[in-house]
Amino acid sequence: MTDDVQARIAETVNANEVLLFMKGSPLFPQCGFSSRAVAILDHLGVEYGSVDVLQDQGIRQGIKAFSDWPTIPQLYVKGEFVGGSDIMMEMYESGELAELMKTAGVTSKAA
Amino acid sequence: MPMAADDIIALIRAGIPDAEVEITDLAGDGDHYAAKVVSETFRGIPRVRQHQKVYEALGGRMGGVLHALQLTTTTP
Repeated sequence: MTDDVQARIAETVNANEVLLFMKGSPLFPQCGFSSRAVAILDHLGVEYGSVDVLQDQGIRQGIKAFSDWPTIPQLYVKGEFVGGSDIMMEMYESGELAELMKTAGVTSKAA
Repeated sequence: MPMAADDIIALIRAGIPDAEVEITDLAGDGDHYAAKVVSETFRGIPRVRQHQKVYEALGGRMGGVLHALQLTTTTP
């Protein structure tokens, strides 16, 4: 893995208030866990960017080192790694994720 | 390649000795599991770190041989 990949990941993470690394796209998730992550973010009604790791093997491997996290999806809010789909689900159900988005001042999707 | 539930439990216990581990075979195919891990060592640390402790115990198998492990961590 090159530093270049890590730099590109850091740049993308910092350029998006909410960013989801996933398999597939929000319209066509390619994995059940990614699909669940997308559903959660859509329910919260926040603007988010996404990166399809299936399109880039460098990112797919690099993101695991970046976060010290072995699986995808991965959610970042304001540059901070939040967790994978299980953590997202738990935080969504307890209301913590909505609270985190609010505290972080994340932009809501226009109705 | 699938992994036996008992092997997953043994690995987690080896890494987190006080852990109580409950495994559910979600699809009945020996490949999609849910694990509930209860340990005192999780107290006061963020969820991401709790899950990382479990992944560390699994020694790199997560995301590889273990594709689908739905994880819940709590304190006793």
